[in-house]
Amino acid sequence: MAILEVKNIRKTFDKTEVLKGINFSLEKGQVLSIIGSSGSGKTTLLRCLNFLETPDEGVIKVNNEILFDSADPLTRSESQVRKKRLHFGLVFQSFNLFPQYTALENVMLAPTMAAKEKKIYDTEKENIKSQAVELIKKVGLAERMNNYPHQLSGGQQQRVAIARALILKPDILCFDEPTSALDPELTGEVLKVIRSLSDKNNTMIIVTHEMEFARDVADHVIFMDGGGICEQGEPRELFENPREERTKQFLSRYKN
Amino acid sequence: MPVVIGALNQGFLQTLKLFSITLLGAFPLGLLIAFGSLSKIKAISLTTQFIIWIIRGTPLMIQLLIVYYFPGLVLHTPIWGGGESGRFLAAAIAFIINYACYFSEIYRGGIQSVPVGQQEAGLVLGMTKKQIFFHVTLLQMIKRIVPPISNEIITLVKDTALARIIALQEIIWAGQAFMKGSHGISGAIWPLFFTAFYYLIFNGVVTVMLTKLERKMEYFR
Repeated sequence: MAILEVKNIRKTFDKTEVLKGINFSLEKGQVLSIIGSSGSGKTTLLRCLNFLETPDEGVIKVNNEILFDSADPLTRSESQVRKKRLHFGLVFQSFNLFPQYTALENVMLAPTMAAKEKKIYDTEKENIKSQAVELIKKVGLAERMNNYPHQLSGGQQQRVAIARALILKPDILCFDEPTSALDPELTGEVLKVIRSLSDKNNTMIIVTHEMEFARDVADHVIFMDGGGICEQGEPRELFENPREERTKQFLSRYKN
Repeated sequence: MPVVIGALNQGFLQTLKLFSITLLGAFPLGLLIAFGSLSKIKAISLTTQFIIWIIRGTPLMIQLLIVYYFPGLVLHTPIWGGGESGRFLAAAIAFIINYACYFSEIYRGGIQSVPVGQQEAGLVLGMTKKQIFFHVTLLQMIKRIVPPISNEIITLVKDTALARIIALQEIIWAGQAFMKGSHGISGAIWPLFFTAFYYLIFNGVVTVMLTKLERKMEYFR
């Protein structure tokens, strides 16, 4: 059974149709890569899944539960949205770490807030900390966990951001061009972390311009163009034998 | 000499009181006004911006006079009562409203200067808007507004002298009194000039404290 089903998602900004009816589904433990040129709607799609944008039309289902249905106004209410968000995690292109907190504190903040809200912070405190330390180690930053974001390189900041998303155990972890703000040297260390996550059966959606990486790590690839899905399929198939002219054009720019 | 210093000290105490009460009231009221002017509800944001325009567009001295005299002389319902405590209350209210409006614009700039990504990162982590404001945005905003707020605070130290217009017995009033005659001394102008040292010393202390606060937040960027 599909963990995620997306049906006919449409979104318009100021008369420009950014998403023109997106349909896809994702199995548990699968990795989906979304490729396409800038402005093709990839980021907007991720933002819709994370409820940072509200689609004008469409349905989003996780584990067969309807999270969003444009026809049902109840699914749009603020308090509802907050809970539903937690099915998804999002790693931003620009990291967006909280500058006033150390790496470790960044990872601990959201679960700490949640525990305080449920009045279970006193019993959960140690648990949250050990989980956070564990995750920081997992992304290879044990030595830097007490550093502030500005003391870390871009690659290290992005790894902290990944740990921060993981601590909430999202069903689906989304990456919005996670290496686009990094120089090639730092890109590798971030991709390594994402790759290790894919090996451990995490369900992920990765929007990326790293074609080789997309091809390696993904179980399924979607090529978006002009707000719609132009072509999708197995990575080998799509990268080696693209059917659509537009896909061929796009991919040829990445081959030297 | 000791007589003069004693009188000036007493006046300065009133100056200090007005200064502290104004900050105490204007800091939170300014935040409320900032939220008002940032409100998505047009009626609220427009009304707030209109009030800010009036308050920032007219002299504080006129505002003091209106707050103090309008209820009694125009509405014939003197609410301040006579005496120093009534004058102080009127002055405090005029100062709080005036400074809150200036602070609100600084706050607004501070809130808007924190990148949207910070708010969005908090949202996708399942935090409420309130949690995001207090645990993510607020400190970053404070860091950005300390230098412009410092400017306002230093101006406030000297602006308190304006309360002289409704005869609040602050330090300028106390100094000037020795010209007309007070404590058996008259025709002396040096006490009035001497008050400048009080402002100077006090602003020195305030500046040192604000610089310390700024340093304290240098640990993050």
